[in-house]
Amino acid sequence: MEDQFEDLFDIEGVKKKFMFVNRKAPYGTIYALEVLEAVLISAAFEQHAAIVFVDDGVYQIKKGQDTKAINMKNFSPTFKIIEMEKEDADEDPDMDMVWRIIVEKESMEARGFTPDDFVIDVEVLSSAELGAFMEEQDVILSG
Amino acid sequence: MKFGIMVNEGPFTHQASDSAYHFAKAALDKGHQVLRIFFYYDGVNNANKLSQPQADDRNLIKLWGELGKEHNLDLVVCVAAALRRGIKEEILAEGFRISGLGQLIEAGVAADRLVVFGD
Amino acid sequence: MLHTVNKSPYERANLDSCLRLAQKGSAILLYEDGVYAAVKDADASAKIEGALKDLSVFVLGPDLAARGIEENRLINGVVVVDYGGFVDLVGEHGPTQTWL
Repeated sequence: MEDQFEDLFDIEGVKKKFMFVNRKAPYGTIYALEVLEAVLISAAFEQHAAIVFVDDGVYQIKKGQDTKAINMKNFSPTFKIIEMEKEDADEDPDMDMVWRIIVEKESMEARGFTPDDFVIDVEVLSSAELGAFMEEQDVILSG
Repeated sequence: MKFGIMVNEGPFTHQASDSAYHFAKAALDKGHQVLRIFFYYDGVNNANKLSQPQADDRNLIKLWGELGKEHNLDLVVCVAAALRRGIKEEILAEGFRISGLGQLIEAGVAADRLVVFGD
Repeated sequence: MLHTVNKSPYERANLDSCLRLAQKGSAILLYEDGVYAAVKDADASAKIEGALKDLSVFVLGPDLAARGIEENRLINGVVVVDYGGFVDLVGEHGPTQTWL
C-alpha cells in the first residue's frame, strides 16, 4: 500500500525547519514523552529542528527528577541525547542540520527557574523573540 | 496545496478527531491534496475496529475509513503509540496502516502545511 | 502565521500564551472550546478585544452553533468562518501553531 503514495513523497534533498513546541509538564500526561520520540526521529531525516519549552513544558527539563516512587520511566536523561544530536550537528561541517534548544524566558521566570535548573544547556529567548522565530518555521508540531 | 494532518486524540474523549476530519474533508472539497493523516498519541484509537459507538452517534473510525477510501488517503497509525495502546494489525480498521514515526516527519517535509489537532 | 486555540479561556491559559507570542499581523482562529473567548461582555472579552488591535481573529461557526453562541454575541471585529474558511486560513498564512 505504501508504494502507491511514493511519488507524493519525493523529499530527496528537501530541508525544512521543524519546531517542536513542548508546553506540557512531564508524568501527569504522556505528551512530553511522545513528543521526544518525534524529535529524535527528525534527526534521521536531517531536518533543522528547534526544540522549544514554553509554559509547563519547562518542567520537562528540570534537574533532579526521580520517578522511582511513582514507578514511571524518568525520561529526562533523553534530553541529553537531544543535546548530543545538537552538538553533533554543530560540529560536523558536512551535516546541514541546525538544531536549537530554546526556553521561553517568561515561562521560565514565572516558574521561579533559571537556566541552572535545567538538565541541558538552553538558549533563553523572550516571548517576542520566540514569537518572531516561530514565524520563520515550516512545520510546527505541538503535543 | 498539499496538506499533512496530525491527529493526537482518540474519537471520543476530545473533539480533536472530529475537527481534523471536518478539516480534511473541507480541504479535499476545495481541491487540495491531503498527503497523509498521521495518528499519534491516543489518536491511534481512531483505527480500532473493535470500537462500537452507539447507533445514534457518529462513528469516526468508519468515517475516516470511508474518507480514506473515497480519496485514496494515506491513514497512518504510529506503531510505537499503537503498541502501547494495544492497537495491532488484527484490530486495525479498514483503510488504516501501521507505520513508524518517520512517516510524520516525512509528511512534514513533503507537505506545504502540516496541521495538528489534539487536546 | 496562523495560531489556533481550542481551549476555553476560563479553563486554561492557552489563549494567554498564544497572545504573548503572536506577532503583529498574524491570525488567530478560535475553535472547539476556544470559541468562548470570542464572546463580548464577558470576563475574558478584553483578551480578544486587545488582540484585535494587532491581529486578525477568526472563530469557527460550526463550533459556535454547536455551543449555542449566537453571532450577535461576538466581539466586534471577530470574523466567523466555516471549515472551508479554516482551510483557507491555513493555506494563506505560513505555518500553523496549534496551542494545545
